[in-house]
Amino acid sequence: MMSNTSLIQLSLSQASQALRQGETSSVALTEAVLSQISQADGRLQAFLHVSAEQALAQATSADQARQAGGTHHPLLGIPLAIKDILCLQGMPATAGSRILQGYRPVYDATAVTRLRQAGAVFVGKTNTDEFAMGSSTENSAYQVTRNPHDLERVPGGSSGGSAVAVAAHMAFGALGTDTGGSVRQPASLCGVVGFKPSYGRVSRWGVIAFASSLDQVGPIGRTVDDVALLFSTIAGHDPLDSTTAPNPVPDFTHGVSALPDLTGVRVGVPRQYFIEGIQPEVEAAVRRAIEHMRALGATLVDVDLPHTEYALPTYYIIAPAEASANLARYDGVRFGSRQAETDLWALYEQSRGLGFGAEVKRRIMLGTYTLSAGYYDAYYLKAQQVRTLIKRDFEQAFQQVDVMACPTAPTTAFKLGSKTNDPLQMYLEDIFTLPASLAGVPAISLPCETDSQGLPIGLQLIGSAFGEARLLPIAKTFELTYQN
Amino acid sequence: MKRQYQPVIGLEVHAELETASKMFCGCAVVDSTMAEPNRHVCPVCLGMPGMLPTINAKAIEYGTRVALALNCEVQPFNVFARKNYFYPDLPKGYQISQYEYPLALHGWLDVETSAGTQRIRIRRVHLEEDTGKLTHVDGGYAGGYAGENASLVDLNRAGVPLLEIVSEPDIHSVEVLKAFAEQLHAILRYLKVNSGDMEKGVIRFESNVSVRPIGSDVLNPRTEIKNLNSFRALTRGTEYEIARQSAIYDQAGTVRQQTMGWNEMRQQTFAQRSKENAHDYRYFPEPDLPPVQIDPAWVTEIRAQLPELPAVKQDRYQQLGLSAYDAGVLVAEPETAHYFDQALSALASTRVSAKSVANWLTGQVFALLNASGQNLANLKVTPAQLVELIGLVEGGTININSGRDVLKKMFETGESAQAIVARDGLAQVSDSSLIARTIDQLIADNPNELQNYLAGKESLAQWFFGQVMKQLKGQANPQVIKAELTAALELRKKHAQDS
Repeated sequence: MMSNTSLIQLSLSQASQALRQGETSSVALTEAVLSQISQADGRLQAFLHVSAEQALAQATSADQARQAGGTHHPLLGIPLAIKDILCLQGMPATAGSRILQGYRPVYDATAVTRLRQAGAVFVGKTNTDEFAMGSSTENSAYQVTRNPHDLERVPGGSSGGSAVAVAAHMAFGALGTDTGGSVRQPASLCGVVGFKPSYGRVSRWGVIAFASSLDQVGPIGRTVDDVALLFSTIAGHDPLDSTTAPNPVPDFTHGVSALPDLTGVRVGVPRQYFIEGIQPEVEAAVRRAIEHMRALGATLVDVDLPHTEYALPTYYIIAPAEASANLARYDGVRFGSRQAETDLWALYEQSRGLGFGAEVKRRIMLGTYTLSAGYYDAYYLKAQQVRTLIKRDFEQAFQQVDVMACPTAPTTAFKLGSKTNDPLQMYLEDIFTLPASLAGVPAISLPCETDSQGLPIGLQLIGSAFGEARLLPIAKTFELTYQN
Repeated sequence: MKRQYQPVIGLEVHAELETASKMFCGCAVVDSTMAEPNRHVCPVCLGMPGMLPTINAKAIEYGTRVALALNCEVQPFNVFARKNYFYPDLPKGYQISQYEYPLALHGWLDVETSAGTQRIRIRRVHLEEDTGKLTHVDGGYAGGYAGENASLVDLNRAGVPLLEIVSEPDIHSVEVLKAFAEQLHAILRYLKVNSGDMEKGVIRFESNVSVRPIGSDVLNPRTEIKNLNSFRALTRGTEYEIARQSAIYDQAGTVRQQTMGWNEMRQQTFAQRSKENAHDYRYFPEPDLPPVQIDPAWVTEIRAQLPELPAVKQDRYQQLGLSAYDAGVLVAEPETAHYFDQALSALASTRVSAKSVANWLTGQVFALLNASGQNLANLKVTPAQLVELIGLVEGGTININSGRDVLKKMFETGESAQAIVARDGLAQVSDSSLIARTIDQLIADNPNELQNYLAGKESLAQWFFGQVMKQLKGQANPQVIKAELTAALELRKKHAQDS
């Protein structure tokens, strides 16, 4: 049998293979990650809730199922971490907010159900910016998660807990959610692979809503194969979510086939993504990655996404507007934390006043304002119109190219606290991830190099809507051939 | 001299749709006055974190039926929207409704009034979800809060499909308002989408009222009276508001645009919210539900399946010779009209008229139902049996009094009229010789009465009539008795004069 230290070094796909070949057991894998959590998470603070007993029970039944013979899903017995914004029966769900403290959902999110059916093991729930609003995981009401590459730096966000769990080998894979970059940006800052599928691919049932027209569940892993396996397992139409697409899901449960090279692949390089303010090392690394793709046979195409500069303001109209309605239900009465008051209005005011953090309050107010009578046309309606133009930019670009390549984030991991007092600076962290969210297209962040301080840099590859079957093999080919 | 005012009234109706399940989840739609509170709820209608709505297709079908019955144009492109407001009976903090793209637009309904037919235009018909129910308890026992002032929340009703019907302000009298509301009520029942049980709150009215000098066409500020939960509250509330506004204008005052409540105890409206404090609902398209495309071919199918509606039925009954009043009574309840229609189809082989059936049904049958507290649903007398009974009376087999007795027995046992008549020997005596012999015997047995009659006390003819009927156990044909008795008494008169 392998040691704990060597077990946790395995990728998800390697762990799956080791299980299949009887080289290890699910209990051993689970014990290994639980031990890593107890050693490392005191410093990293990635988990809000660790469920050792339940995880070991799940692992035991997975091992029994495997011993009973037959064919098994590749996720059988694999320990995973789940962002605390997805509901998972038997564990708390806080969405990183004080207002949901103590809430335990009586249902699983569909994505969780599908992992459960595959036999996956859930080790715990990971930290997030409150209601996924943030890019550093510093907006969590509970704890500050640290970047494993430098404990003084942020892991990115909002799925920072999930990215750190994977990067620090505390889980073999994780689920996050991505509304404007919340899977890709922390993956980039933590040096792992983060994938946001097309909007409508993964059910939002049981995902605590932030901005319903943008929220999308996405996997985080150490390799393209790992996220592809998780993607194929959780994606697909769900009668419980009317916005899921009926499109058939590409089957990557047994890995992604790499291409022999990139001959015939047209890679778009959107000029609007290489702008003033981007960290020079990030730009240089991403340009070298793109050059590598050209060397592999890809044709580089200069593409124009003229409405890119409006993505940030558009996003910050639409997302807060939807959030202002989605968060209206948190009043302290039916679930979560309640401030004891005898007067009903005082109860509401105190529960919300103490239950929501500053960024959440800021966005509720922004959204309430832009939806108000007399402002709706100028803000919300206009933003929807611009969103259509952004979507059209992508549609036109994908008539000329197969994928687009650009940075995931403008910087590498920044110092804790360096942007918390400047919301606008924080918002700019997502400048390269927001457009794909608004357009609903799939995008993946792959580690490419590290900067002079050893901090990871992410390459973002963007595919056309429901074009995951094209995007992921290109990503895997890059991954296999690019040496840091 | 006070000025005369014309009211300008628009009606909004909220009708629950009695589908099996709720608008956006699988919970059962139950009678909220009967069910144990908060039993028919799930994470979706409780608005729990991460829950999503899914559209109940049956509710769209029910709404489409109503829209078509109201001559509306069903819209091929529907969008659900969030209507944001905060209230303890609304778990999500917003109500899923329709706003810019409703289910149907531009309808109308013709209403019969004392001044003839009047057409009321329907502005729109849209779908939404109902809220929960709040019960305010003042100092009484409130589920563990004895002696406190409390509001109890029951979310069984939260998420029940609700149809909102909005008229144009085409109504200019309370009479027309009432007729319009009653016809809408009847239509909802005919379409089997709503029980019509107003006392259970399944239909709620809101009246939008303004007044203006007669002859003027200005639109003055209006008030909206909410929560009118009976026809009586609707008419009283509207009347009150018309009078209140007229009095304000009489004193050269101004009416403020505001929302009013209706105090049932005091029979008064009271101000709830002014225009300045009106809710800003911050509508926006519901991102959890894609737009709904409604196929015109499907709408055509639904249209073809619509039942005959009350106005058409009423017209048909009047063509059969019924008075407008009788026809109105018959169509008021779909069960009555259904019974009557079944009776009509049993008429073919008889000489019984539709009018006779209407008279028996609304007279004798209704009287029996009322007296016993039953309704048509559990009536033992089938429509065909009722027609048979009327045939026996009109054909002279039994007289009208026997007919009523037979009906009573039918009502109790469900036996046919024929069977009862045969068993109880109720067949009417029309044998004139038997009747004549009975009369002769009676006259012979009562010489004093005859003498008095001959002396001029003509009313004794009635007494003899009664005695004959009594002798023949009430089963004699009264026409024959009358004819034979007249002849016999005339004969005695002539003899007395001759002697």
